[in-house]
Amino acid sequence: MTEPVLSLTQHIPALLVLVPLLASAIIPFSPARLRRAGGTVALLANAAALALASALAVETFRLGRVTYNFGGWAPPWGIEYAVDPLAAIMLLLVAFVSFAAAVYSRAAAGAEIAHEKLPYYHSAGLLLVSGLSGMIITGDVFNLYVFLEIASLAGYALIAAGRRRDALVASFNYLILGTIAATFILLGIGYLYMASGTLNIADLRERLPHIYHTKTVLTAFAFLMVGFSIKTALFPLHIWLPDAYTYAPSPASALLAAAGTKVGVYAMLRVTYTVFRPEFNASVVPMKTILLVLSSAAIIYGAVMAIAQKDIKRMLAWSSVSQIGYIVLGAAIASQYSLTGSLLHMINHALMKAALFMCAGLMLISTGAEKISDLRGAAARMPLTMAAFTAAAVSMTGIPPTLGFMSKWHIALGAVEAGLWAVVPVVLAGSLLTGIYFWKVIEPAYFAAPPEGHIPSGRGQAPDTPAPFWAAAPAAALAGLGVLLGLAAWTPAAGAARAAGELLLK
Amino acid sequence: MKARRADNPVTETVSALLIPFMQIYALYLIAHGDLGPGGGFQGGAVFAASLVLRAIVFGLDADEERRYERLAGACASAGVLLYGGIGLLCMLRGGAFLDYKALPFADPKTAYHLGVYGIELGVGLAVAGALLLLFMKTAGSRDD
Repeated sequence: MTEPVLSLTQHIPALLVLVPLLASAIIPFSPARLRRAGGTVALLANAAALALASALAVETFRLGRVTYNFGGWAPPWGIEYAVDPLAAIMLLLVAFVSFAAAVYSRAAAGAEIAHEKLPYYHSAGLLLVSGLSGMIITGDVFNLYVFLEIASLAGYALIAAGRRRDALVASFNYLILGTIAATFILLGIGYLYMASGTLNIADLRERLPHIYHTKTVLTAFAFLMVGFSIKTALFPLHIWLPDAYTYAPSPASALLAAAGTKVGVYAMLRVTYTVFRPEFNASVVPMKTILLVLSSAAIIYGAVMAIAQKDIKRMLAWSSVSQIGYIVLGAAIASQYSLTGSLLHMINHALMKAALFMCAGLMLISTGAEKISDLRGAAARMPLTMAAFTAAAVSMTGIPPTLGFMSKWHIALGAVEAGLWAVVPVVLAGSLLTGIYFWKVIEPAYFAAPPEGHIPSGRGQAPDTPAPFWAAAPAAALAGLGVLLGLAAWTPAAGAARAAGELLLK
Repeated sequence: MKARRADNPVTETVSALLIPFMQIYALYLIAHGDLGPGGGFQGGAVFAASLVLRAIVFGLDADEERRYERLAGACASAGVLLYGGIGLLCMLRGGAFLDYKALPFADPKTAYHLGVYGIELGVGLAVAGALLLLFMKTAGSRDD
């Protein structure tokens, strides 16, 4: 029996998930006296994953679709990995952000996490990356659930690693809601399997249209949508998010905010556009109206709550609720422009929110600032951090020429194209409110005098310490990238997002 | 945890009798995984349960606790590495991930069976280790 021998390039989809997974199992074996061994292994594994994701993206855009069959079993019987342009972009995004977070973590995670816990922190970070990559890459809905659980469990551990006791409560609350979400998703998958007899996504797409109106399929869809809405923290199911991101260590918040929720949205897109066809949303369930209302509410409510916050990280967390609203809004409108905008905003929010949470960590390291009021006159003491924060805030607000402008512009155009005029003011008002809550941080940092004898909330009277270079560098690089991607309008990113959006609508 | 030792001759005698059988049954479940009900997950869970029972009934001193924790962590990691390692070996020999036919055995049937045994053992190790670690972290007296 002669089997076709697979080349290294063909193994990339499997390796992309496998490398972080195995590296995360190796880290606990690292000897205790090599304090930074865990961080180094995590960095190397993330670098490898980034290289693999880049190669896979090139391969996918060349071939259109890359697949991998596990154990030599052909789909729909075996588990298949299927990469289309959308998945390739998301994989690259997750790999890139987690690489940046790994650079930061190796240099500065020790500032917020006890030393004996550090190896487990790095290990959980890699597990999260492996789970998220798996969720994106898999072509099998049950496999999607398994990877969702891997990513979720790693996420709970990362949040619990925070330096305050509140982190445990935040992690536990998220665990309860996350488990409900995962159970709903599993129930949804079970009902789909019951109705169609298959778990393969491509196969489901072929078989489901005949049974769209059956109660089993409708129930499955409802369970899946509610489950993924909790995982993406879509209003009003966002209640776990503010505490979780506030009390998690900053690099973990960066990773979860940037990659975690995005993959939830991606899974939602997969369910609504690939497992089910766009016609299903148009003719069978009023999903579009529901999502339009919820995401518009998320944009405004999240931004208003962000304005009300005094804590830097809590403000960024509420900002995430608002920005997720934009991403879901773009996806719900479901026109060519709005989907492009939604994908661009996923990229924008991932890069910028990672940069912003890293900046929050840098502020804590260098001046002990946790509250916005601690930042008066901070720009003079940490110019690079504040510059990165400002650049990221500008892109998040959507001021031209940044990537954030491109994404919100596309979403607004999409709304006009679809004749949804009521949505346009929401997009604009959300941007305005975003500008307000970021200005509340930037204004005192640049234009207020530092108060005499003020003790920052984050720690006692310890003197200012300069932030490690390798912790500041990724934050600055991510923030710079947002401006750069926006400057080169119609960049490859925009083109790629457009191509991916077109495929979804087919 | 030593202070909480039950000191009850009935539970101690019954547990002392039960634990070896639980562990053998766990190994049977792991080894039987590819032919009938059972498998790495179930076997690992039963094995972890036997050690949890031992810890509850006989108590653990601080030294044992530390050893248990370290062993559990190592088992959890080793299990994942064993599973991934077998998959990687298949890939290195030109097959897909977990394509047992590519393993270096003459007969594909043998390769398949041994491959599945290895995988189930990896799953069992990882599950037993992770469950024991969870127990130690939530019920243990060491505060870290």
